[in-house]
Amino acid sequence: MATPTLEKTDGGAEPGFADSPYITVTFRVRRFNPEVSAEAEWQDFTFEMDPKERVLDGLHKIKWELDGTLTFRRSCAHGICGSDAMRINGKNRLACKTLIKDISPEKPITIEAIKGLTVLKDLVVDMEPFFQAYRDVMPFLITKDTNEPTRERLQSAEDRERFDDTTKCILCAACTSSCPVFWNDGQYFGPAAIVNAHRFIFDSRDEAGEQRLEILNDRDGVWRCRTTFNCTDACPRGIEITKAIQEVKRALITRRI
Amino acid sequence: MKIHKYDTVIVGAGGAGMRAAIEATKRSRTAVLTKLYPTRSHTGAAQGGMAAALANVEEDNWEWHTFDTVKGGDYLVDQDAAEILAKEAIDSVLDLEKMGLPFNRTPEGRIDQRRFGGHSRNHGEAPVRRSCYAADRTGHMILQTLYQNCVKEGVEFFNEFYVLDQLLTEVDGKQVSAGVVAYELATGEIHVFHAKSVIYASGGTGKFFKVTSNAHTLTGDGQAAVYRRGIPLEDMEFFQFHPTGIWRMGILLTEGARGEGGILRNKHGERFMEKYAPVMKDLASRDVVSRSIYTEIREGRGCGPEGDHVYLDLTHLPPEQLDAKLPDITEFARTYLGIEPYTDPIPIQPTAHYAMGGIPTNVKGEVLADNTTVVPGLYAAGEVACVSVHGANRLGTNSLLDINVFGKRSGIAAAEYAHSADYAPLPENPAEFVVSEVERLRSATGNERVADIRRELQETMDANVMVFRTEQTIKAAVEKIGELRERYKNVSIQDKGKRFNTDLLEAVELGNLLELAEVMAVSALARKESRGGHYREDYPNRDDVNFMRHTMAYREVAEDGSTSIRLDYKPVVTTRYQPMERKY
Repeated sequence: MATPTLEKTDGGAEPGFADSPYITVTFRVRRFNPEVSAEAEWQDFTFEMDPKERVLDGLHKIKWELDGTLTFRRSCAHGICGSDAMRINGKNRLACKTLIKDISPEKPITIEAIKGLTVLKDLVVDMEPFFQAYRDVMPFLITKDTNEPTRERLQSAEDRERFDDTTKCILCAACTSSCPVFWNDGQYFGPAAIVNAHRFIFDSRDEAGEQRLEILNDRDGVWRCRTTFNCTDACPRGIEITKAIQEVKRALITRRI
Repeated sequence: MKIHKYDTVIVGAGGAGMRAAIEATKRSRTAVLTKLYPTRSHTGAAQGGMAAALANVEEDNWEWHTFDTVKGGDYLVDQDAAEILAKEAIDSVLDLEKMGLPFNRTPEGRIDQRRFGGHSRNHGEAPVRRSCYAADRTGHMILQTLYQNCVKEGVEFFNEFYVLDQLLTEVDGKQVSAGVVAYELATGEIHVFHAKSVIYASGGTGKFFKVTSNAHTLTGDGQAAVYRRGIPLEDMEFFQFHPTGIWRMGILLTEGARGEGGILRNKHGERFMEKYAPVMKDLASRDVVSRSIYTEIREGRGCGPEGDHVYLDLTHLPPEQLDAKLPDITEFARTYLGIEPYTDPIPIQPTAHYAMGGIPTNVKGEVLADNTTVVPGLYAAGEVACVSVHGANRLGTNSLLDINVFGKRSGIAAAEYAHSADYAPLPENPAEFVVSEVERLRSATGNERVADIRRELQETMDANVMVFRTEQTIKAAVEKIGELRERYKNVSIQDKGKRFNTDLLEAVELGNLLELAEVMAVSALARKESRGGHYREDYPNRDDVNFMRHTMAYREVAEDGSTSIRLDYKPVVTTRYQPMERKY
């Protein structure tokens, strides 16, 4: 860079980037391209990586150096945009938030598309049913007052805190596509849609909680949840999804928000 | 090839695009074309807040905000635009609250505010609490809230459509926008969108740097599409380096961390910003802080075995405060560095963050073909545009503001124009350029790889046109970019298919980056002064006599088809603030 260091310093070892020798890793990737073959198949790629790098860095290494046809979605590369949810060693994660060292790199690392949504090519799935379920819960603030306040609506810090957890959702689908109920029945709204309903049901400014609860009371709604906690485990944002779903269930029973 | 017809087409679905879409959809038949799903846009990565002089927690007013913006931009800001930005900030924040945005709240239940770099009370007296925020995910909440309201309004999205060309038609001797040409990722099909008005809101171009906070997808597609059609680009030499990127990775750690009391320290543990900015200290403007960090590093006070970074120290802040106000960035430190910010300082270095320059517009968002002539039907807003409210250096929290104020303005203006105007006829064979470019790349057999050229581009940009620049380094970059552009002609891709061909799109994006990197370097070479984010070691002072003016870069095509860059200049709009020496 344009900023050469004038003298080396004796700063000692860094906690983040100690001397980390490259290791050999194998990515075992589930490939599918209907332009080439109707069948999906596993393909191994073996290459060198720093174990502190991300799975996404490994996928880029494959795409940029070994096989340009490997196809996946990605954008921000640090867990905010939600593009790169995939099944890594059988568990849903974001490729950009998963470091190689944390997933037993001495064995082949399996990577496949998230489940329950149609695979279109390699790791790319059809997200439309997922976003349709999201849209179905009316994921926007609804207020009845026709006279909008001139300033902001007031909301206490406690009321704001009530739905804080579910505002973190990045719509990556890691939760919904980890849910066994969703795998078996794509009609189920899935955890992500319920999370986004929760975000408004428990917002003190919103006045359509009843409507949303009715939508979730549907046969494909919240009662399909079997409390397996897969969604909570899968959430890269650490949202307590199962708890949020339980809160919605409780609100349906007590009709109190 | 499919042809679609809309009143208004919006290119990009980040904050500016969706804010525009909410207005345009209410007023006209609107389509939003976005190369990502809307919620993937990089607005979601913004953290610290959105500036507005609400005065919820202490005395403040929009005039102070205007002054800070002008001073922060090192007086290259168009002051009429800055005044609009600061005045309309207040309603912009209140609009978002009414749309549902969950801002953090004061004990009285009002929108809470915190300090941010360069924002001051009474023209620089002391830091002021002006940033409205939602923890350290304000951009995420803005993106989600705008998307939610797009769902509410029934905005029509074309997801994973890459706009690759701008259509202009000559009507009565004037270039008028006729629409855009897009490539559909899922199928490889090419679509022509015939539209009365087009709004570019496609974001920045940070991926020509290696260490950057920008997403992989920020490749300047909008800038490149209009530039190739003869529209100039303004002030492209001004690029912001955010002081606190995660060391080597570039991932953003919000300035809000310093707003909450975080301190930058060198290897001796010294709070070095006291030397460089005695009043604002760690909350000086970003260009000043980034230069200070590299000065420490160059003078041997950097941390680590290579001495190539400094520390962001949050260890004196209570863990409860970090959890409540900075949960995401503390988690980034844990995830990517294995560091616990409660007890250990975080290694950071400046990271390429934001393009101050872009497609020139007036305050309605109308794109300019030169210093004064509007291109009818063509609009731009957000990072892709240059209004210019950011001048030579943008203040933190002014970009989330910019996308809301000018997204809304351009959405209204474009829809109103669509009501009054007729469709400009499509050019003959409108998809010709895109079809031939896509076919050329798909069938190319050259021996150059996209990844190699992109890596070399990023390395030369980091080495030569970053925080410190000289004639020598910039010339080295210009020469290297020229060489890479030649090699790009021999690039080939492996994926020859039509379905989700991201290999092809990465090649197209690289072409855009190369084009824009050259504009940036050539503009930087000609600006023989230091101002804001553009620092020339060989010309360390600001030169208001010769350079108090915007750069306008035009693409010139010679008779033999070769291209070159012609630089012109545009006066800065000054209203109430005369340039002064800039101290923090």
